[in-house]
Amino acid sequence: MSATPPSDSQWPLWEVFLQPPKGAAHEHAGSVHAPSAEHALQNARDVYARRGEAVSIWVVPSVAITASTPDDMGPFFDPGNDKAYRHPQFYKVPQGVRVF
Amino acid sequence: MSSRAPEGSRSSLFQYLLRLGDDRLVLGHRLSEWCGHGPILEEDIALANIALDLIGEATLFLRRAAEVEGAGRDEDALAFLRDAADFRNAQMVELPKGDFGFTIVRQLFFSVFSMLQMDALQKSADADVAGIAAKALKESRYHVRHSAQWVVTLGDGTAESHERAQRAVDDLWRYTGELFIADDVDRDVAASGLGIDPSSLEAAWRSQIESVLAQATLTIPEPRYMQRGGREGRHTEHLSHMLAEMQVLPRSHPGATW
Repeated sequence: MSATPPSDSQWPLWEVFLQPPKGAAHEHAGSVHAPSAEHALQNARDVYARRGEAVSIWVVPSVAITASTPDDMGPFFDPGNDKAYRHPQFYKVPQGVRVF
Repeated sequence: MSSRAPEGSRSSLFQYLLRLGDDRLVLGHRLSEWCGHGPILEEDIALANIALDLIGEATLFLRRAAEVEGAGRDEDALAFLRDAADFRNAQMVELPKGDFGFTIVRQLFFSVFSMLQMDALQKSADADVAGIAAKALKESRYHVRHSAQWVVTLGDGTAESHERAQRAVDDLWRYTGELFIADDVDRDVAASGLGIDPSSLEAAWRSQIESVLAQATLTIPEPRYMQRGGREGRHTEHLSHMLAEMQVLPRSHPGATW
């Protein structure tokens, strides 16, 4: 997949995800400019993974990401705050079950 | 500390290690001149990163050279207290960095050479050299990938990038022959299994370079005079200017630490 043409003199932006050496999930590390996916991968390696931070890199065109906006804050996230029964702590632990 | 090389081949091995170290020290310094001047931030970091790889490899080869020489010098003395005539790098690596096209075509030419060289040197009879080569091979593979990608992008890019990349190939070509010339030092280390004969790498180098240049729509110029002399200490005027800048601090402040 190629990114959309830049709107100014900059190359397209790519989001970088790194998988840390311990095998956790890929995490967002930052972004790089690059003219192609291969260049983006190399730039990501040089900018974010040159000190052994990762065992795997994903690069994704920034335009391919659909993000929530600050306006979504209320409807998206607030309803979660007042429903205590959605959290396991709401429920009593039966006797005999050890609490970790 | 590894075992000492057999007495007879020590002088050849020392010369050979200087060539390995000096190629990387001088090219590493040339690349470091891009630091803060790269075309974009990401490429600036990439070039500085490759420069650091090369200087790291140079440190290891020159340290081993100093051990083999056994004259009480260390890698810093070899790097900073020798004059241009005592350097044994190929002339290609000492040329000024030029434009980005020149730098990246030179990186391709040298990195492919270095990758083949390090691959073969993994089997060196000198355990230190074999170990350094195994480490450097991984770095070289990345350097090849980086420069090849760029040469294709520039060569098969805009009219201006194509023209600049082609000019770089034309200007650099006459410095490529020296990489593969074998002299008594090379034959000596090859015979004892410590090093390799560089002429044995030329066919593979040529085929890999042709493949990248073809993809980049760039052409190799007609065969003509090949420059040589760096391995014997005959250099272009550019090396001593570069060394003046590279060596000024340790020479002005001997033993300085920070």
